[in-house]
Amino acid sequence: MAVIREFAFQCAEMLLVLLLSPLLTGFVRKVKSRLLRRQGPPLLQPYRDLIRLTRKEVVLADGASWLFRVIPYLIFAGTWVAASLVPTFRSGLLFSWSADLIAIIALLGSVRFFLALAGLDVGTSFGGIGSSREVMIASLAEPAMLMIVFTLALIAGSTQLSTMAAHMASSAVGLRVSLGLGLLALIMVAIAENARIPIDNPATHLELTMVHEAMVLEYSGRHLALIDLSSELKLLLYVSLIGCLFTPWGIAGPGADAAATAIGLVCYVGKLAVGGVLLAVFETVIAKMRVFRVPAFLGAALMLGLLATLLLFVSRSL
Amino acid sequence: MTATYTLYGVAALLLLAPVAIAFGRSPRASSIVYGACLIVTLVLGLLALIHLLEHSDQSSTVVLPFGLPWLGSHFRVDALASFFLIVVNLGGAGASLFALGYGQHEHAPHRVLPFYPVYIAAMNLVVLADDAFTFLVSWEFMSLSSWALVISHHEIKENLRAGYVYLMMASFGTLALLLGFGLLAGADGNYAFAAIRDAHPSSGLAALVLILVLVGAGSKAGLVPLHAWLPLAHPAAPSHVSALMSGVMTKVAVYGFVRIVFDLLGPPAWWWSIVVLALGAITAVMGVLYALMQNDLKRVLAYSTIENIGIIFAAFGLALAFKAQGSAFAFASALALTAGLLHVFNHSLFKSLLFFGAGAVLNATGERDMDRLGGLIHRMPQTAFVFLVGCVAISALPPLNGFVSEWLTFQAILLSPQLPSWGLKILVPAGGAILALSAALAAACFVRAFGLTFLGRPRSPAASSAAETDSNSLAAMYVLAACCLLAGILPGFLIDALAPVTHVLIGANMPHQAGVEWLSIVPIAESRSSYNGLLVFVFVVMSGSLATFIIHRLASDKLRRGPAWDCGYPDPNPATQYSASSFAQPIRRVYGTMIFSAREIGEMPAPGSTAPARLTVEIRDLIWDALYAPIAVGITYATEKLNALQFLTIRQYLSLVFAALVILLLMLALWP
Repeated sequence: MAVIREFAFQCAEMLLVLLLSPLLTGFVRKVKSRLLRRQGPPLLQPYRDLIRLTRKEVVLADGASWLFRVIPYLIFAGTWVAASLVPTFRSGLLFSWSADLIAIIALLGSVRFFLALAGLDVGTSFGGIGSSREVMIASLAEPAMLMIVFTLALIAGSTQLSTMAAHMASSAVGLRVSLGLGLLALIMVAIAENARIPIDNPATHLELTMVHEAMVLEYSGRHLALIDLSSELKLLLYVSLIGCLFTPWGIAGPGADAAATAIGLVCYVGKLAVGGVLLAVFETVIAKMRVFRVPAFLGAALMLGLLATLLLFVSRSL
Repeated sequence: MTATYTLYGVAALLLLAPVAIAFGRSPRASSIVYGACLIVTLVLGLLALIHLLEHSDQSSTVVLPFGLPWLGSHFRVDALASFFLIVVNLGGAGASLFALGYGQHEHAPHRVLPFYPVYIAAMNLVVLADDAFTFLVSWEFMSLSSWALVISHHEIKENLRAGYVYLMMASFGTLALLLGFGLLAGADGNYAFAAIRDAHPSSGLAALVLILVLVGAGSKAGLVPLHAWLPLAHPAAPSHVSALMSGVMTKVAVYGFVRIVFDLLGPPAWWWSIVVLALGAITAVMGVLYALMQNDLKRVLAYSTIENIGIIFAAFGLALAFKAQGSAFAFASALALTAGLLHVFNHSLFKSLLFFGAGAVLNATGERDMDRLGGLIHRMPQTAFVFLVGCVAISALPPLNGFVSEWLTFQAILLSPQLPSWGLKILVPAGGAILALSAALAAACFVRAFGLTFLGRPRSPAASSAAETDSNSLAAMYVLAACCLLAGILPGFLIDALAPVTHVLIGANMPHQAGVEWLSIVPIAESRSSYNGLLVFVFVVMSGSLATFIIHRLASDKLRRGPAWDCGYPDPNPATQYSASSFAQPIRRVYGTMIFSAREIGEMPAPGSTAPARLTVEIRDLIWDALYAPIAVGITYATEKLNALQFLTIRQYLSLVFAALVILLLMLALWP
């Protein structure tokens, strides 16, 4: 009986992240528009876009291979699984131990690997430019992310997200310099990973500075819908990750009752809203960077992460 | 008994050589030789597997009356040797199966066939050897037989140069090992490993031996800066031999390092780990950066071997660091060592697979240059699929096997803050960052390798008229790809199989994994970290299928073909696609300006001129310029000066001999 209940919670989490992710993207767009004194699209517009795209036929480029048609499903599946492994409203879910934080990051790495291959498949110059820039950005973002994981894992004594969230919520963690550096670095990496301003512009086309949009330029119909949904899931994943590691308040522990779970749910939605507003404000006040300024931005994130880890290694002995 | 049977197998391989010499030119010789090699290596691999699983607590020894007269030739199979025998023979079996198809296209089979079985036999003998003399003779045998295979296509001038550099570096490495064993055996010449193990060298001597072993085994494995021969020699050989050299011979070198440093040298000093870890980390990142700058597919793979050797050595460095702290850290040392050994096994699988794929491409198109390939996924769909599996595995991406060993290495790094030494405290996290950097760059490197070779539009007529490779080659690649998947989703069984190996070397092993729920792997405790490749794989497959089903059922499954969009400006010329060097341009610009002093020189013609604009990219190999070129200049200078000694009179020669005798006697008299 308990297993069935836990299984139901796991399924609920998978559905929740899937259903909430377009809303988060719509919310960020809406807040951004309001900040620019525009009306902006309705909150539910991303859902409508997805439904419209899935109903349309796919126009496949002549040179596209079988891999090009498989990749959207792979990307969606990988991102969805990764997003459902991050604790949202309840920690210690049935399958939460099947991948720790390092494995979740690596799973997103697999997703990016296939996305970069998709950019090269049709053999257009736009796809190539997107892929080559994406792997360059990833080569800096991934080590930075891993340094952040090291920092947090050393503080929490674990790479298991549920354990880390529980440890962060406990009083054992004081204010630490390393935590601050880690949070800053994680936000920088999250911005780069989600192709947001100032690294990339999610709302642009026909611009030589675009990265993510250039890779998926040849996609249409249901394939494009899946890729868009994956990007929305990825944004949700990073906001949930920051939320569960740095603001772990309200997350219901394993075996919590219905009331605690409901509180967890409300807290989670609240965290998403705060995260969305902050992202929209940040994107509004900053300008897009040149592509070759990105290494400096991510290099700073890497150095912050390394500094945070080194501080911990050094302070542990004292 | 295992040692005896393995020696029978080795003898059978050695006997194949004269057969191949006699009938090498006959058309059926290659099927017979490769078929026999396949059977023998399979049997040897099974024997070693049975030994590792059933009799790992005992060792099987044989003494043969060869070699040094007072010593004989000692052979022994223990847990460590049986693990490496599995790696050698699994790689050998894969290569032989691949060569059953690939070898039919060889235009000079009589140059390959006699050396191939000898080469596999020599690698087996290195792992079997239980005294320094047998070890060195087998080692040199392995070097020379592989050298003969490297220059088998001697009509290509580059291959001759590769063979020359290889021969130089191999002799240099063996010299270092010879000196190392000489120091270990002492003045009495106790060359048997059992005697060396009991001798316990002094700390200064052990440090000297460590350096010599790093030079000797490290140059064979491809540690930076002793790697220069590897990217020349590995691609020059026929592809199945390249796979053996990259996938297996480098592992035999790793075996030499593990055998001497973990087994024979006694308890390590704490600073050894710093040397090994730093060398490993530098090797990993340099190897993959070199790989990203290459346009030749096989050379990319060779440089990526260097990267993986770096990862293996970094794991061994961590294991040494923990081992030096005594029994309180034995579990951490076992974790790091298991990670390294697992990566040895994994790398032998996917690197062989990738070299087979490159061989199939080479056979179908005659091209190794990625700028002249492209679009092969349409004409060689099965090769493309297995090559893709290899690329995902080597990029350390879940759920395949490369990720498991990388994940275990990271878990070992996370245990290191408890280490007392300050040098390690700072070096280990930096090493972790460098390993993560090299993993991300490896993914970039294999997106580039796969994307340019198999995706896009064909860049040459040869690439557009290629055909799928033969069924034997495909079978070999499918088997290895299946192994990569199985090792990725069920790593617990491999970790358990490695337990006796770490037990022999460290005295501890990782917790038993096969009994853990859902077959996940839990290196320390479940609250700390766990990973379940099987579940991740099942979840991804299930949610992917679910998405496909729902969308195709409830929405639309219609499809229309049309010209590529490309923002409205598609160009039919395949030269407008991204090329190998343009794909690497962002990474070259970020990392290469410092490491390779890379420069881009653009020449624009004067206004009105019809001359084309030119872009030249300059990349310099700073290690070659700073280390190898001065040595080559010095040797040339010395030989020119010494050349005068060739033309002396008999009186001068006699006085030279007399002077040498006097000096030697003086030294003997003055020696304390």
